[in-house]
Amino acid sequence: MIHSLFLVSTAGHIFLEKHWKSVISRSVCDYLFEAQGKASAPENVPPVIATPHHYLISVYRDRIFFVAVIQTEVPPLFVIEFLHRVAETFQDYFGECSEASIKDNVVIVYELLEEMLDNGFPLATEANILKEMIKPPTILRSVVNTITGGRELRSVFAWSVAQGSGSSNVGGTLPTGQLSNIPWRRTGVKYTNNEAYFDVVEEIDAILDKSGTVVFAEIQGVIDACVKLSGMPDLTLSFVNPRLLDDVSFHPCVRFKRWEAERVLSFIPPDGNFRLMSYHVNAQNLVAIPVYVKQNVSFFETGSSGRLDITVGPKQTMGKTIEDVVITVHMPKVVLNANLTTNQGTSTYDPVTKVLVWDIGKLNQQKVPNLKGSLSLQSGAPRPDENPTLNIDLRIQQLAISGLKVNRLNMFGEKYKPFKGVKYVTKAGKFQVRT
Amino acid sequence: VFSIKSYSALNLYSCSLKNEDLKEMLESNKESLKLEAMKRIVGLIAKGKNASELFPAVVKNVASKNIELKKLVYVYLVRYAEEQQDLALLSISTFQRALKDPNQLIRASALRVLSSIRVPIIVPIMMLAIKEAATDLSPYVRKTAAHAIQKLYSLDPEQKEHLIEVIDKLLKDKSTLVAGSVVMAFEEVCPDRIDLIHKNYRKLCNLLVDVEEWGQVVIITMLTRYARTQFLSPWREDALFDENSEKAFYDSDVEKEKADSKPYMMDPDHRLLLRNTKPLLQSRNTAVVMAVAQLYWHLAPKQEVSIVTKSLVRLLRSHREVQYIVLQNIATMSIQRKGMFEPFLKSFYVRSTDATHIKTLKLEILTNLATEANISTILREFQTYVKSQDKQFAATTIQAIGRCATNISEITDTCLNGLVLLLSNRDETVVAECVVVIKKLLQTQPSQHSDIIKHMAKLLDNITVPMARASILWLIGEYCERVPKIAPDVLRKVAKSFTSEEDIVKLQTLNLAAKLYLTNSKQTKLLTQYILNLGKYDQNYDIRDRTRFLRQLIVPNEKSGALSKYAKRILLASKPAPVLESAFKDRDRFQLGTLSHTLNAKASGYLELSDWPTVAPDQSVRNVEVMEPQSLERQPSTRGSDLFAYHLLVLLCSDSDDAKEKKRPKPKLDSVSSHSKASSSSDNTASSGSESEEDTDSDSEPEQKKKKKLSSKPQVRQILSFNCGCKMCLCVTAFQVSSPVFVPPKSHELLHRMSGKGLAVSYHFPRQPCAYSHRMVSVQLTLTNGRDQPLEDICVGEAGPPGIAIHRFATIERLQPEASITVSMGIDFNDSTQAANFQLCTKTDQFSVSIQPAVGELLMPVTMTEQDFLKEQGQLTGMNESSVTITIAPDSMSSQPVGRKVVSVANMGVVPSSQNSIHRFAAKTVSSGSLVLSSVVLQEASTAKLVVNTEKTVLGSVLLRELKTALSQG
Repeated sequence: MIHSLFLVSTAGHIFLEKHWKSVISRSVCDYLFEAQGKASAPENVPPVIATPHHYLISVYRDRIFFVAVIQTEVPPLFVIEFLHRVAETFQDYFGECSEASIKDNVVIVYELLEEMLDNGFPLATEANILKEMIKPPTILRSVVNTITGGRELRSVFAWSVAQGSGSSNVGGTLPTGQLSNIPWRRTGVKYTNNEAYFDVVEEIDAILDKSGTVVFAEIQGVIDACVKLSGMPDLTLSFVNPRLLDDVSFHPCVRFKRWEAERVLSFIPPDGNFRLMSYHVNAQNLVAIPVYVKQNVSFFETGSSGRLDITVGPKQTMGKTIEDVVITVHMPKVVLNANLTTNQGTSTYDPVTKVLVWDIGKLNQQKVPNLKGSLSLQSGAPRPDENPTLNIDLRIQQLAISGLKVNRLNMFGEKYKPFKGVKYVTKAGKFQVRT
Repeated sequence: VFSIKSYSALNLYSCSLKNEDLKEMLESNKESLKLEAMKRIVGLIAKGKNASELFPAVVKNVASKNIELKKLVYVYLVRYAEEQQDLALLSISTFQRALKDPNQLIRASALRVLSSIRVPIIVPIMMLAIKEAATDLSPYVRKTAAHAIQKLYSLDPEQKEHLIEVIDKLLKDKSTLVAGSVVMAFEEVCPDRIDLIHKNYRKLCNLLVDVEEWGQVVIITMLTRYARTQFLSPWREDALFDENSEKAFYDSDVEKEKADSKPYMMDPDHRLLLRNTKPLLQSRNTAVVMAVAQLYWHLAPKQEVSIVTKSLVRLLRSHREVQYIVLQNIATMSIQRKGMFEPFLKSFYVRSTDATHIKTLKLEILTNLATEANISTILREFQTYVKSQDKQFAATTIQAIGRCATNISEITDTCLNGLVLLLSNRDETVVAECVVVIKKLLQTQPSQHSDIIKHMAKLLDNITVPMARASILWLIGEYCERVPKIAPDVLRKVAKSFTSEEDIVKLQTLNLAAKLYLTNSKQTKLLTQYILNLGKYDQNYDIRDRTRFLRQLIVPNEKSGALSKYAKRILLASKPAPVLESAFKDRDRFQLGTLSHTLNAKASGYLELSDWPTVAPDQSVRNVEVMEPQSLERQPSTRGSDLFAYHLLVLLCSDSDDAKEKKRPKPKLDSVSSHSKASSSSDNTASSGSESEEDTDSDSEPEQKKKKKLSSKPQVRQILSFNCGCKMCLCVTAFQVSSPVFVPPKSHELLHRMSGKGLAVSYHFPRQPCAYSHRMVSVQLTLTNGRDQPLEDICVGEAGPPGIAIHRFATIERLQPEASITVSMGIDFNDSTQAANFQLCTKTDQFSVSIQPAVGELLMPVTMTEQDFLKEQGQLTGMNESSVTITIAPDSMSSQPVGRKVVSVANMGVVPSSQNSIHRFAAKTVSSGSLVLSSVVLQEASTAKLVVNTEKTVLGSVLLRELKTALSQG
């Protein structure tokens, strides 16, 4: 299926290649560069490109193009999904997925890719299995974060075989998950502190129009889990109000039948961090929009200047504080500079990327944050006829905006008492205000 | 002298060492140096640098003991073997040896590397290795074999026939691990051999939920193709109904009967596929969701397709690339089925941060979804887009508005006015696009719009975009009679600039000139001739040709024939208005979700989806006649929730994978057996000959029974054949055996270490259907050697009493000190709790042991509905019923503990109950298949009535006693 993989930096430098079948010349990437040349931004490069002899299917993330070379018909999503898994695996192993971290760990990267695909067909993509075969670099994140120091990430290679005690018992050679029907969990997990944490994270996707009316709003949520439990725990998570959930998708560990019948999540969890479920909240429920935005952006016909005035305030917050409020505005190309003052937070305007960022922080009831000032435009250029949209970021701790509540978490199959915790967070997803 | 430290200082990636140095490192004695060198070499390969020179030095390390080093050598070998074929051959013997390694991982990786070395000379060796691995006991190795099939096929397509044999064999495999890979091999090697799928169809459908996600995609795609060749179209249904009613109306009895005799009935296998794929819509893997969506699109009855909508819309939250593919597919779907996506209209609203290709697709979908009801909302949304900073996107929006306007006639005027307003936009791309769209719109209803035409004529002075200029000229030419004053003036202007215009504008200028010459020759004769002269000497062929043609047509002279008489009718014929169509109109000729669909062109290797057959193909081809033994990986009917309990069981029962493997017999393969001496990988596995043959023998009796049944009752056949692989369904009752509810296995001691002279044996009942005979209860023995010497030749000796049949486990040739092994055996207890006595023999000793089963282990859970339960219970009254009122432990009053306790005592299935206070359980005896029903009715003051109904009264009363004890304990 997947013939070869090239990793290409935004600058057009091919810094890694791997072939699962016969070697394909890297010149095939020229077609990607050609498409990149036509596109205004790397995000706009089409994910599927046909070349005379091959097809290129690429994903762009973390400033890297992951380019898979395909020769025959294959579902494109199959390849795209796989490439994202590769990127996530790198992220998981090296703490970040970047050109530098991949170059630094090139041997591990190669060994991972070798295990993940056989003859172009995915072999092992579960993090739990891979980690049993290929140990992640030991002093993980801390090292990667320092830029120069400690390059020497020695991959401690521990194939389970090497650890075999030499007895006649040949078991435990293949990662146990690989053979079982629960490939996501490794066996023999042991912790001294047994804990299970669940984060209910909800994102509000919304489009508000000029006058502040909601054009479109919906809530998407995920439950991310960090489960560190010994043995083979069998967990059941139930909700107070499962009816809120409209459309769901699950980690393979969740028993779908139980969900259909009883609306509870019953599962044997993978070890470590994983996304238990994603959901969409029933569209009938009205979405509470936690903030209001008053804005006035105008460009004058004469004098090549403009004015900007934005006010943000809390609206439906259920008594919680709104934190980490950031407003990002992509200005029209003709805006040369912005001269703005604010009564809270900081604002910066990058004249190269034309992005205005207003980092507000906490919203409090008493003082309403306001940003205003003038914009200077390129002289002689026509006045832009559309006002820029505002993208809003925010976070509300201890609140799931849909009202979803976890009822209880039960554990079966193990005797110890685990420590359990649930956290709720609401964030802005794709939250845009048109002006 | 090399020291690791000095190298370590360098970045692995920026290899500054010369090949000479690397060679020296590889030839040193220190493993660490070798490893370091290999890492650098892999770094070189990763960068795409040539490291082929080092081949001889690297290949020497192929047999290294260090696993990581070996692994890196493999990487190197696979990369360069093709270039250095002769040297690569040196490594082959190492792999051949590794193929016989007792460790499954080593066997598998040896096969992986061996099959990845693209050296044609080793094709026979590869073929042999694949055949061997295909019958390996480890499913992981078999999976590797399936991958190797494709590799060998691409290396030497002449091996196809042999490879198909292997594929056929692997398709029969029941391991979920193998299924995806072998179907992939099938798709690459012999996708046309649909006949190989028939017998495996139901198994694949049933396995699907448990296959790993990548395999699911491949299997679903393949099954979609399969279903289109094997089932009748479910889409005829509506048509058929119409037909019926019409016939009823005309009231012809004969015809009516005819029509009634063939109403559409969905093949149960077709339904099976739809039912088993549906839960996968909830998969986190977007490729799986898409695969199911396309399956429903291509196979489901029309009214069922819309269940995929929500899931597809959900995918729009995923990565940009995923959105792109999903939106494309939605675009194709939304043309045919507006209703599917209309409720989700707002999910397709464009955000300013979307990538260009995403925006375009969303517009496309919004346009497809536009109806009279929602058009005003959509147009309001479009108005925002038109103002977008992304001018290309604004232009695309204008096209979309144009399409809406032609499709929905009510809004044509509104759109037209809106577009005219946009003509004053500052951006030229926007204006140009408007002109083009307005031209198309005017063509549909030109009569009322001479104002707009005049307005456009004025625009000509400022617009430079060739397409827009050409459109204006064409408009004026076409409707020159409506603007008699302006048209000649426009012609005058373009005549002046003719030489500097683009070709497309020149052609339209010529057209305009010709049309005006015919309608208003007085004013334009000279101008036309001037333009025709310019055109005559133009550099472009097309323009010269057009000029020559027009001149002959419009300017009559003696040479021009009869044609010029009709010039006016030719040039000014009324032209049909263009139909503005979606670019996705005919995309559904490709299977959705495929690469070909995305590209809108046939990709190489695309497999056409056939049309539905007109006559239903034989359904019986999918009936599985030979009952094969249940493998450990799978049970029939284990679906969804129950599954887990089952997985857990498998996991708990198998202390070590390889030990588990060993106890399973290895089927013999004729083609391989001749080579078995040379290359058998089973040197150290305790193979007891062909067990599978025995199984067929033991099955022959029910087999005949089944056949009789088939011939006598054709209706029953459907149900029976449906439960393929499930032997229990052949018993008297038609209730399906379900998988056991999970309870922690209780281990019992069979032989104590002291009395067994070091051999300790314990047993437990895994509650799985026995693989050897359906009348047997499966028992797992765990043997541990507590001695300091190995035990040899452990086997089962004499057995008794006569009524009890025992299936012995294969002789264990050797059990190392401190090692333990788990084996399984089958015992037919004949539905009694009488103990099975037998002897355990080692080379030197014999021990008499006995297994006394708990009554609950003699049962198999069955699933049935509450109604069935009550019906069956009603028939098992009187002598067959035993009941008792018990005092129940307070914590058992809620539903869960009751179920838990009953199930831990007896292997029964839970029957869904409509009342909270009544719990029902159903099972049947393993040996005779008699129904055993039990119910617990909770009453006030923590008492409960416990009832057991069964024909086997003795068994029933024992069971009653045991349940009573269990429930009354705290």
